[in-house]
Amino acid sequence: MLFETSAHAAPAAHGAAHVAEAAHAIASAPPEGMATIVTVCVLAPIVGAAIAGFFGRRIGNIPSQLVTTGLLFLSCVLGWYTFIQHTWGGMPDFTIKLLDFINIGDFKSAWSVRIDALSATMLVVVTTVSSLVHLYSWGYMSEDDSRPRFFSYLSLFTFAMLMLVTAADFMQLFFGWEGVGLASYLLIGFWFQKDSASSAAIKAFVVNRVGDFGFALGIMTIFWQFGTINFGELFPLLANQHGHAWEFAGMYFSALDLAAFLLFIGAMGKSAQFFLHTWLPDAMEGPTPVSALIHAATMVTAGVYMVCLLSPLFEMAPQAKMIVAYVGAITAIFAASIGFTQNDIKRVIAYSTCSQLGYMFFAAGVGAYQAAMFHLFTHAFFKALLFLGAGSVIHGMHHEQDMRKMGGLWKYLPVTYAVMTIGTIAITGLGIPYTEIGFAGFFSKDAIIESAWVMHGTAQGTFAFWMGILAALLTSFYSFRLVFMTFHGKKTWEQGKHGDHGHDDHHAHDDHGHGHAHTPHESPWIMLVPLIALAVGAVAAGFVFAPYFIGEHAHAFWGNAIQVAADNHVMHDAHHIEEVWVKLAPLVVTLIGLALAWYFYLLRPSLPKKMAANEGPIWTFLYNKWFFDEIYQATFVKLTKWLGDVFWKIGDVKIIDGLGPNGVAWTALKSAKNLVKTQTGYVYHYAFFMFLGVVGLLTWAVFGLAH
Amino acid sequence: MLPAIPNLLSIITFAPLFGAAVIMILRALSRRDDEAVIARNAKWISLWTTLVTLALSVVMLLQFKGSDAGYQFVERYTWFGPISYHMGVDGISILFVALTAFLMPLCIAASWTSISQRVTEYMVAFLLLETLVIGVFTSLDIFLFYIFFEGGLVPMFLIIGIWGGKDRVYAAYKFFLYTLLGSVLMLAAMLYMVNKLGTADIPEMTRLLTEAPFPVDVQGFLWFAFFASFAVKMPMWPVHTWLPDAHVQAPTAGSVMLAGILLKLGGYGFIRFNLPMFAQASEMFAPLVMALSVIAVVYTSLVAFRQTDIKKLIAYSSVAHMGFVTMGIFAGNQLGVEGAIFQMISHGLISGALFLCVGVVYDRWHTREIAFYGGLTKLMPHFAFIFLLFTMANVGLPGTSGFIGEITTMTGAYDWGTWVALVSASGVIFSAVYALNLYKRVMFGVVTNDELKKYPDVDAREIAIFTPLIIGTLVLGIYPAFVFDFTTASVDGLVKAYQAAIGG
Repeated sequence: MLFETSAHAAPAAHGAAHVAEAAHAIASAPPEGMATIVTVCVLAPIVGAAIAGFFGRRIGNIPSQLVTTGLLFLSCVLGWYTFIQHTWGGMPDFTIKLLDFINIGDFKSAWSVRIDALSATMLVVVTTVSSLVHLYSWGYMSEDDSRPRFFSYLSLFTFAMLMLVTAADFMQLFFGWEGVGLASYLLIGFWFQKDSASSAAIKAFVVNRVGDFGFALGIMTIFWQFGTINFGELFPLLANQHGHAWEFAGMYFSALDLAAFLLFIGAMGKSAQFFLHTWLPDAMEGPTPVSALIHAATMVTAGVYMVCLLSPLFEMAPQAKMIVAYVGAITAIFAASIGFTQNDIKRVIAYSTCSQLGYMFFAAGVGAYQAAMFHLFTHAFFKALLFLGAGSVIHGMHHEQDMRKMGGLWKYLPVTYAVMTIGTIAITGLGIPYTEIGFAGFFSKDAIIESAWVMHGTAQGTFAFWMGILAALLTSFYSFRLVFMTFHGKKTWEQGKHGDHGHDDHHAHDDHGHGHAHTPHESPWIMLVPLIALAVGAVAAGFVFAPYFIGEHAHAFWGNAIQVAADNHVMHDAHHIEEVWVKLAPLVVTLIGLALAWYFYLLRPSLPKKMAANEGPIWTFLYNKWFFDEIYQATFVKLTKWLGDVFWKIGDVKIIDGLGPNGVAWTALKSAKNLVKTQTGYVYHYAFFMFLGVVGLLTWAVFGLAH
Repeated sequence: MLPAIPNLLSIITFAPLFGAAVIMILRALSRRDDEAVIARNAKWISLWTTLVTLALSVVMLLQFKGSDAGYQFVERYTWFGPISYHMGVDGISILFVALTAFLMPLCIAASWTSISQRVTEYMVAFLLLETLVIGVFTSLDIFLFYIFFEGGLVPMFLIIGIWGGKDRVYAAYKFFLYTLLGSVLMLAAMLYMVNKLGTADIPEMTRLLTEAPFPVDVQGFLWFAFFASFAVKMPMWPVHTWLPDAHVQAPTAGSVMLAGILLKLGGYGFIRFNLPMFAQASEMFAPLVMALSVIAVVYTSLVAFRQTDIKKLIAYSSVAHMGFVTMGIFAGNQLGVEGAIFQMISHGLISGALFLCVGVVYDRWHTREIAFYGGLTKLMPHFAFIFLLFTMANVGLPGTSGFIGEITTMTGAYDWGTWVALVSASGVIFSAVYALNLYKRVMFGVVTNDELKKYPDVDAREIAIFTPLIIGTLVLGIYPAFVFDFTTASVDGLVKAYQAAIGG
């Protein structure tokens, strides 16, 4: 028997938790062959990573790329098969155990593959975007001299991400969690010769560690509250601590709120939420395919995924849930406000990602987990599309990333222009209210804003709603601004002249473009095909899947994967909003944003330049990203260095050594010098004396005691 | 199954000493001017001796019954008075014997080319060290323990003092001074105990003290006497300052033994003596230990961040990682104690490997100044992978053994007091700060120092040294049961007795 299998028992109905009567409620062992299929799906990428990583130099570039990309496509096919079986094939939820992990008393963890609606959705998202990014990188990275390393890292990332989403307990979740962090670190710092890249890599890792600090404490809190770290065992027990207090660091907290909040700190780090967001824009130092895969479509959504996975916990932790809603809403508006002043094409999209993650969080915070997951799903397509499109522009512009030096590119990169426009429309969520017609973002983003409206009886619901509307305006503005600055208007680049090297520039690319005339050029088909595939997703992911994620089939689709409290009717009520203006508001603000972008960047392009040149206080504040980096630098970084120096030079050297060994040693050495001539002789003597002392004492002891 | 070997523990313990004797005899028989031949023979004899010891330890591991909480492979011969030659291992000590036997051949191989002065003496010192250290873990008589425990310092003292760097005398002196202080107190405590209990047998003493503990005030003094000795060995803050100096001055293999094994004597001592023999005092002093542990984690991590010397940085990081060990032990629960043992084994592999990494660059460029380096990834891709792997293991990345030790000890400590987990978890952030900054400054960037281009990537010998450590770190990180299968039964007995004694 290769696998140990266990079916999820339906959690017993208890107190506050409402157990959905879903098709999956009565689970059974995995169907014939599924155990193998999902295991191969999860493990295939690490095989590719190992082959390309260890033997890449020996077997060469193309074989490395073939093996990693091939295995990723295999994963992708199996991932879709699993998802289809789960959604339409009536396949029940199941967990297979591969190997024991940590096993001390109740602290039990196992390497597992957990399949339910959440993980099946993530399998599809991760493997689809990853395989397309692998393919795209054949073109994008074609001039890099360490391609095997790059593809190895990409596959390593995918493996860690799949481990994360299929975890059945907190330890494997944490493994995947930090594993994707490692891959992110390696890929941000891929061009390690650049100081900015390696600094950004460290920043990403360390800021994520701040999040993981909370995450780890959350896991410990869960363990000591419930005596288990396994999700399936934990969820039915949650009600036991409902309303109980828990001591932490000398203070008493509501037990479940504390656990949920600590875990959420982890989510804030991974998903770059307000206060812990500073690493994400810097992460753009990595090659663009990395930004698309890790820093847009998959890894950064892990925090949202975790909150949804732990919906039974958050449903019983109203305070923590409220914090989730506020943090999400603040991030949505905050990141968007920065997004519209930035000129680096990748940074604009990075802040956009940050802002969209904020949407997902406040959706979860108001209890609309399904809407959060749906936005995660659609966002993966259009955000990966936007990043890869930006990569295509950067590639075509010979590594120029400053949008001020672009313009009029639609003629030169027609396919890129077309797909970027689709991506932009998808992210702004254009669609016709009261119909089922619209791009992907229309379905998911409107569902989130409407969910927030349903909760407008609560302060966080009202706040989230208005921030969501305002952020939608800004999203529309900065997204179209990007398209207009890049593809429309006057060209601001000079034909035949190599632009200033942008951020993506590095050693191997220095000779890129030699042999080209230096005019912008469309990317090769191996890059365009993934773009087109993602564009299809950006158009269709909404109307095809809306009935399952948030519509009429949602109940059956999610099964027990998302459990909400009995009094949580957000998803239901969001379908029955009577206020017409609420339904129309997102569309209206989107059109206003579009009009403003059109006015400022096509009709009167001199205006924004003037505003930038004036350096007014608001513009300066936004352009400098609310001065977060500067503040962190002046406080945390400085304090850490200062404390390190104080502990070392004063604590260790002056106080401990000064009073201790040096005080004694100095006198001893002084007198010893007169006694012993050579240094080695000195050492021998000490050794000898010490040994004599030991023997002497022992002899005394032995004979003394013998009587 | 392999046949049982009589007196296996004695053979394992004294095999290295036998090897050392052979080297000495061969040298005595050789002509004086055959230095090169003598040195070569010494190296090969040492390597084979340590490999045989390792093979015997593997036999021991295979024949050990994990479900049995008691001592196994027991040998007992009466000596004189209360002292007997009593050897045995349980699920705790067997792992340290194995770790020592595992690291030793790597140390010999790591010294193969870097030691050119007094090679025979060097090899003899290492073999002697192996015997003495293994003896610490196998002896079940308190005096036998003491002889091995203190005796082990002598070869280490010599290794630093003779084959060390330019300030080796100061370092050796500091090392000696700190250690001696603790030792004297511990010896006095031992004498008192043997006098009172009428036996020097460790299992017997533990049994007697479990049944009828000393009065709490007496326990307090005795506990403190043992603590003084073991705390220096760990080392715990604030008696840690000898360690960075000792490491910086020690030759590479000396650092590996120091970090890999000698630091573990302290943790082992706490588990063998303080916790079971003075349970009430352990509970009473636990707040002190916890405070010192979390200070060690945060304080030394921050100090590590500011170092300019690679070896010093890693030495400080060792102190921080030992903080997890002490906090796990004195949490006094299954998770904490098992986690502490795991953390010690894991740290033995990881810090050993990190010091070997320093050795790789030191052997080439003879400097440990971080500023000298930069951009090595381009020049030494294989080394870059090895160093990265152990940097990540040091940072406690899941999938490596470093993670298991940290999460289990912290979780164990959480139950003792949430603030311990809170503060030590922040140390996990700082470890990322100093470790990744070190890696960046040495490995990333462009090569600006032309000196760096002079030497090649790691060679076959170096890869052969690192490979077992890489496998060990990853295998234990993915399947830690290889350790826990040994420790569970013994620690369970220990923790149950402790909890019963303190009425918890």
